[in-house]
Amino acid sequence: MAKHVCLQSVLSVRSVRLWNALSGFQSRSDRLQFQLLQRRQISRQAQLFTGSQNDSSLNTKILVHFINQDGVKNSVTVSEGETLLDVVINKNLDISGFGACEGTLACSTCHLVFEENIYNRLDPVVDEEVDMLDLAYGVSNTSRLGCQVTVESWMDGMTVCVPQEVKDQRELSKRTK
Amino acid sequence: MNRTVQKSLFFIVKSVRTSPSNFAGKLYAWRGLSTTPDPHTKVCIVGGGPAGFYTAQHIIKGRPDVQVDVYERLPVPFGLVRFGVAPDHPEVKNVINTFTQTAQHERCRFLGNVNVGKDVSVDELRQVYHAVVLSYGAEGNRSLGVPGEHLSGVYSAKDFVGWYNGLPYNRELQPDLSHDTAVILGQGNVAVDVARILLAPLDMLKKTDITQAALDALANSQVRRVLIVGRRGPMQVACTIKELREMVNLPGTQPDMLTDDFHGVNEALKDLPRPRKRLTELMLKALKEQAVKGAHRKWGFRFLRSPLDVLPSADGTRAAAIRLALNKLEGSGDEARAVPTGEVEEVPCGVIISSIGYKSLPIDSAVPFDPRKAIIPNTMGRVQETTGLYCSGWVKRGPTGVIATTMNDSFDTGRVLLQDLDSGAIDLSEARLGAQGIAPLLEKRGVRPVSFSDWEKISGEEVRRGEAQGKPREKMLDVQEMLSVAWS
Repeated sequence: MAKHVCLQSVLSVRSVRLWNALSGFQSRSDRLQFQLLQRRQISRQAQLFTGSQNDSSLNTKILVHFINQDGVKNSVTVSEGETLLDVVINKNLDISGFGACEGTLACSTCHLVFEENIYNRLDPVVDEEVDMLDLAYGVSNTSRLGCQVTVESWMDGMTVCVPQEVKDQRELSKRTK
Repeated sequence: MNRTVQKSLFFIVKSVRTSPSNFAGKLYAWRGLSTTPDPHTKVCIVGGGPAGFYTAQHIIKGRPDVQVDVYERLPVPFGLVRFGVAPDHPEVKNVINTFTQTAQHERCRFLGNVNVGKDVSVDELRQVYHAVVLSYGAEGNRSLGVPGEHLSGVYSAKDFVGWYNGLPYNRELQPDLSHDTAVILGQGNVAVDVARILLAPLDMLKKTDITQAALDALANSQVRRVLIVGRRGPMQVACTIKELREMVNLPGTQPDMLTDDFHGVNEALKDLPRPRKRLTELMLKALKEQAVKGAHRKWGFRFLRSPLDVLPSADGTRAAAIRLALNKLEGSGDEARAVPTGEVEEVPCGVIISSIGYKSLPIDSAVPFDPRKAIIPNTMGRVQETTGLYCSGWVKRGPTGVIATTMNDSFDTGRVLLQDLDSGAIDLSEARLGAQGIAPLLEKRGVRPVSFSDWEKISGEEVRRGEAQGKPREKMLDVQEMLSVAWS
């Protein structure tokens, strides 16, 4: 049953690609939208696959450590193919305001800082993502948006950090006492 | 085949855009069943825009014993997310799903159609709530202060945006778009939004929640050229790169800029911080490409120019041109100042839109207000010299920033308020009535609040009306109509 669903989902991803190839895009934003849709589709597809016991490559559980804005560490095992935004939502990680635009590249609230060795292996960043990162708080040389990073098996054990608002915290503690 | 594929695509698009449940549904899930039947602590928030809802979210999440009531002047919630965010930016409006989740929380209540400052005073609220947060935004706008700015044909961007987004107060604006050239004064994101809406292909706007009246007016618009004027140079431009990129990629248009405005920019590029560098590079790219494009609709920045006066038409009835003083820069970077060179330039134009900033207004004589900064004087969101009174959003820090800025700012105010609850700085020993204490006042004054489920009736009707035209919704423009649907 699960396999049947998977097949459908694979087909629809193919259809999107086919349609891309046949019709061309009206604008860059359309193209971007479809890129996002593809990622989402793939992500959904991966979730469906995890229901199947037969496919070991996509069934891998990957350990990811999140450090939230208060410095608290949360470790979760996630499926390959989920975006890090999906992970935060699905695992109910308590990161206030994370993913305000719901993964449509219209904000920078799912900003995460990666370890350098992981960052260097990530898929190349598109202009529209950098546009948003340019507006993010506490941006670093290894910053990416969580909605644009899909978990893969080689990332097992990585740590990602939500930038901490150090300045505010300091002022706050001064003020209270 | 192609047809089937398209159909399934549409389904995917729809499902991504309109199925928020998984997202927003998890917002409070971690709290589980930890709520009390009658929350002891009563907090009220004035203003149902992003600042109000993000502040509410933080407070509700932070303590299980707090009831948060959100008061809003209009019968409809979400403030500038509904009335400010451009209709072709539906992805930004996804935040509404989170706000809805907050409003539907059992310890949150939305009271629309209540005008704080008129229907009920801030002091009256303070008597029945333990804490009051002011997050009513910036409803005014900075005026140009030049002769002729009141001529017909001159509009404020705030009103223009309110008009195409269906803000009831701006329903009658009906801008006259029967002119070739529009000049926008100011170069922030609002200015660029207005330029894009004026020049966007109609097919692009038809599928958005732009009002039908605006769509009809834009269909008959004669505006073919939009100039976006700023007093400083390209390296001080206030818009963000996302908005600029949309202009550069806008189908059927081409940039129309002056090479002279970019004198020395290439040389300065290498020393700019990354965001500013990328923004400037994109402008230079647009400048370079404008020669090879052959579109008949044009847009462009005009730098180093300040408005002197609006010149009337021969019969004196309306704006016909704007006179600009040419500037040079003193200093560099963000601190650079524009200084007039003494040269003057006249630009013929029938539409002038002033987009030099929104401005908060005082709400009530009982609340301190800094008229120079046009904000409520505060420290980290605590209103100065007034225990139990807070502010968040634009009224706290001024009308700038993107949605994430307001989100963080509102969380900060929420955090400070929670600290004051925890520390005892806010006296919780005495029970407060909250909305129950306000209800009799409102009844006496003939004001009936609109609840969140009332709003959902309005929303449902808007969506139904939009469906007929392939739009996500057709907004109601009339407050009385909203109320009659809400209470039907």
